Amino acid sequence: MAATQAGVKRFYVIFAVLALGGLGVLGYLLLKPSTVSIPANVAIQVSDTSGFRGYVKGTPDAPVEITEFADYQCPFCQTFATLQMPTIEERLIETGRVRWRYRDFPLQQHQFARLAAHSAACADEQGKYWDQHQRIYEGQSEWAPARDAGPIFRNYARAAGLDMNRYDVCMKAGKYAGRIQASYNEGVRLGVSSTPTLLVSGRLYRGRFDSDAIIKLVDSLAPRRK
Amino acid sequence: MIYRMSAALLSLIGLFVSAYLYLYKMGRIGSLACGSGGCETVQLSQWSRFAGLEVALIGVAGYAGLLLVSLAALQPGLAARRWPTRVLVVLAGLGVGFTIYLTYLELFVINAICRWCVASAVIIVSILIVALLDQRRFSRIEAS
Repeated sequence: MAATQAGVKRFYVIFAVLALGGLGVLGYLLLKPSTVSIPANVAIQVSDTSGFRGYVKGTPDAPVEITEFADYQCPFCQTFATLQMPTIEERLIETGRVRWRYRDFPLQQHQFARLAAHSAACADEQGKYWDQHQRIYEGQSEWAPARDAGPIFRNYARAAGLDMNRYDVCMKAGKYAGRIQASYNEGVRLGVSSTPTLLVSGRLYRGRFDSDAIIKLVDSLAPRRK
Repeated sequence: MIYRMSAALLSLIGLFVSAYLYLYKMGRIGSLACGSGGCETVQLSQWSRFAGLEVALIGVAGYAGLLLVSLAALQPGLAARRWPTRVLVVLAGLGVGFTIYLTYLELFVINAICRWCVASAVIIVSILIVALLDQRRFSRIEAS
């Protein structure tokens, strides 16, 4: 009986060591910091900006171009992207009246804004920019308070049907860090200081917008054909 | 007792393997540690869900059940009872059946092998073997 009791005791010691070890490994995996971070102080190469001036929606011969400088973690940008953009797309972009240009302007106080912009840039590489863009904005309340938003963006990328090996390589390399910084720098040069900011016919419009105001603005710049 | 102890330890390892795969599926731990890359192919395929549930979550539930039964079977009041072993045989048998189905999918439908799924397959088969050995031990005691 004594031998059995010793055996049971030994079993519980092994069990406890195994349980603690397993919990420790899972805990480490859950708590470890994001393996991907997108640097802001990156040296911008010519290749980062050549031929790229933002993500564009709409026809090239639209009479009005609107450039939006936005931050994925900015709440106003989120409501604009999810509530106002569908109407703008339907009334202005799809009708050929406006060409929309989206430019990244990740604010320093938003810890995941640059990572989100980079995730969308990596999706662009596979022709899924707007899909990922929309998923990131729609999921803002999910990832913004998270300890590590990287895996959540990765899930969006997977749901968007991206080749995950290519996505991971792109994210780990920080391939578009320079492009994002170049976009930010251009915004600063133009006078952008907050998000969202719209650039329409050389003039900056800051703050909260609704689709009606933008439709009126476009009407004033390029009246509808009767 | 040694068989039930082995079943408990194996169930604990299986529980951690399933939990690891489930946390990956939930996007909580980034990428999987899987040299071949087959793990992601399997985990991201349409076959990673069964009857509307994540297969990894079914694994977590299954191994948790096996762990509870095998730990209960070690308690003094149940150590000499045969029914916990029968429950282990049934649960592990169901697990092995499900594993055979999943391995078939990996080999012939998805055409990719997930090392963590292979590890789980080895664990569930081992649990069934030790449960059957315990069953045989009881049969011998009853026969003598």
